[in-house]
Amino acid sequence: MAVVFERTKGLTPISTHYCPGCTHGIIHRLTAEAMEELGVLDQAIGVAPVGCSVLAYKYFNCDMHEAAHGRAPAVATGIKRVLPDKFVFTYQGDGDLASIGTAEIVHAAHRSENISVVFVNNAIYGMTGGQMAPTTLAGQRTTTSPLGRDPAHAGYPIRISEMLATIPGATFIERVAVDSPANVRKAKRAIKRAFEIQLEGKGFSLVEVLSTCPTNWGIEPPNALKWLKENMIPYYPLGNFRDATKEEVSDGQ
Amino acid sequence: MVNERTILAGFGGQGVMLMGQLLTQAGMIEGKEVSWLPSYGPEMRGGTANCGVIVQTEPISSPVVEGNATSEIMMNTPSLDKFEKDLVPGGKLLINSSLISKKASRDDVEAYYIPSSDIANELGDTRIANMVMLGAFVELTGAVEPESIFQALESRLGLARAHLMDINKQAFARGAACVKEQRN
Amino acid sequence: MAKVLMKGNEAIGEAAIRAGCRYFFGYPITPQSELPEYMSLHLPKAGGVFLQAESEIAAINMVYGASGSGARVMTGSSTPGIALKQEGISYIAGAQLPCVIVNMMRGGPGLGSIQPAQSDYNQSTRGGGGGDYRLLAYAPASVQEMVDYVQLAFDKADEYRNPVLVVGDGVIGQMMEPVEFRATAASDLPPKDWATTGTGGKRPPNIINSLYLDAEELERHNIHLAEKYNRIKENEQRWESVGLEGAELVIVAYGTTARIAKSAMENLNRQGKKIGLLRLITLWPFPEKGFAELDEATKDLLVVEMSMGQMVDDVRIVNEGKRGVHFVGRSGGVIPSTALVEEKILEILERSE
Repeated sequence: MAVVFERTKGLTPISTHYCPGCTHGIIHRLTAEAMEELGVLDQAIGVAPVGCSVLAYKYFNCDMHEAAHGRAPAVATGIKRVLPDKFVFTYQGDGDLASIGTAEIVHAAHRSENISVVFVNNAIYGMTGGQMAPTTLAGQRTTTSPLGRDPAHAGYPIRISEMLATIPGATFIERVAVDSPANVRKAKRAIKRAFEIQLEGKGFSLVEVLSTCPTNWGIEPPNALKWLKENMIPYYPLGNFRDATKEEVSDGQ
Repeated sequence: MVNERTILAGFGGQGVMLMGQLLTQAGMIEGKEVSWLPSYGPEMRGGTANCGVIVQTEPISSPVVEGNATSEIMMNTPSLDKFEKDLVPGGKLLINSSLISKKASRDDVEAYYIPSSDIANELGDTRIANMVMLGAFVELTGAVEPESIFQALESRLGLARAHLMDINKQAFARGAACVKEQRN
Repeated sequence: MAKVLMKGNEAIGEAAIRAGCRYFFGYPITPQSELPEYMSLHLPKAGGVFLQAESEIAAINMVYGASGSGARVMTGSSTPGIALKQEGISYIAGAQLPCVIVNMMRGGPGLGSIQPAQSDYNQSTRGGGGGDYRLLAYAPASVQEMVDYVQLAFDKADEYRNPVLVVGDGVIGQMMEPVEFRATAASDLPPKDWATTGTGGKRPPNIINSLYLDAEELERHNIHLAEKYNRIKENEQRWESVGLEGAELVIVAYGTTARIAKSAMENLNRQGKKIGLLRLITLWPFPEKGFAELDEATKDLLVVEMSMGQMVDDVRIVNEGKRGVHFVGRSGGVIPSTALVEEKILEILERSE
């Protein structure tokens, strides 16, 4: 019988702790499939964050580090400098990367550390119970912005991809979403391209993945996908923000 | 038996730290126990510079030279004002008389007045005032042999600046001569 | 090998490279900046990597990553910078990774001063990160000893899979003394089969981690760590004692202060007093065994520190009320003079008579 679908070898054969309807599972699978397809699983060292995906070190079927909150890019830097020929990636949420770990991600990009970052943006703190994230949209209600985020008081939601794309060392920056099958396929292509850039030795790559949090948004999963599309994508537009490998080609022409 | 604890002080740029290091290295070359301890501050240029050097036969306990200096090389007036009290009675005080117009205020120390900046200028390089003072110091204390100082300097200058050895040796000799004159 | 005249901070760098350290992640801070400067020039020549991190926090987390990947790695800083590293140090201890951390202490609290101090006895022995963890902490008193203990620190870190602190003060970092780099004996260390180097398809994944969500599992981990710390306590106490026999009073000190105190001791003993010195070489484990050697004749202990007396509590604990425990010191970057120590000793002796 022909095999039409198989579980990727890039994930361990255990159930995850993620809430029903959470899209972390999809993003884990895309990340793992990309590693498997590129043949780097046995050469890979991943760094898990603090946040909902804190246990990612149990799910990815490769060597893993569990980092302190926000410090994954620094930990990955240490690993990559020791093992420049191995494949090193971080998997980070928006509290981890866009709030407490902004210094680490900005400087890893500036150094063009030859690492890849999967950045999951669901506009909220999940693990700690739905508090306001740096990426929480204006007006969005959370447990620490119960009346809705007021930018005059709490500032505006941070657009990480746009910001990092201004950094010379950031080789590849793309924002994708996992709200539809078509977008999931695009997300896979972006993650794989980001990983290839590392394997080609071309420097820092990051894919921002817009994701849902049905539990803390208080929206059932199908409507959460719709909410993402209608509310997040207008503020966080999808697309490639930087691909220095293409710029090099066009510069040369 | 050597037991020399020296404070060297001046303003930044007078080569005070280097003078201390040459003395320390010379002691090490002779197999003596040595230490060099600088003061350090937030300013990068033009501040005060001082260091304490110990050259002795016995192992060194405290590397801090404070209140028990057996000798001092004072390159400017603020240094003399600050450190004169740290000299033990009978201690040897070398004063750069080109820049310090006053005399030692204590009469229980042996003071020598070396116009080191003038001599350095006469030899054509104001930066070698420190070597004039070092020549005077070695002549006065006998803490190390002149040859050891030259050896230390040679290693510092390296091949690229080896041609500077000669003028430094002249400066050293002029300093030593000042002490001989004043002693007689 | 012939002796060379080196600044303490630079000698530490050279010692680390000779001990096989190939990675240094740090951030500039007075009075230890000569260490990263030295490493930036010399590590690449040895085939290693020096990287100036964006912060102390990033630096210690780079150490975490590099150590987890099996490398000999080091970072260095001074008092407030070490404070910033504390969370990372706790993670490294929790994940049982080896590394060497140098602290050239300066005056505190807060931004404090850049002058020499021993303001981090508590930070070194109690730590500032969360949880039940300990660091082996060496406090050398000369540039030569600094070199010897930095080299030993790498071996001990690997042996126990634990971070090792090497603590100095601005004086040791800045001073020059002759040093000899001795060839270290090849030590019999276990292979780093726990390191994340890629599975190579030959083994299950290795995971570097300090998270245990199951309470009983974390407790088992803590018990395992405690057993390790007890082994360190049993095997790694180091101290130097001078003239304990028949001493009326024994000075307790470490690092630069111990050398100043020793001068005071020598001066007083020349005048016919009977003063001894117990110099801590390990701050943790606290050298309790050294205190067991104290003579019955000794009536008083004098703690001398460049702080307001952070070590006094530990001396009181080990003393168990047997002798008088006194303190004299200076802080904020002021170095205590031998005269100050001598005066304090005479005052204590007079009182006991």
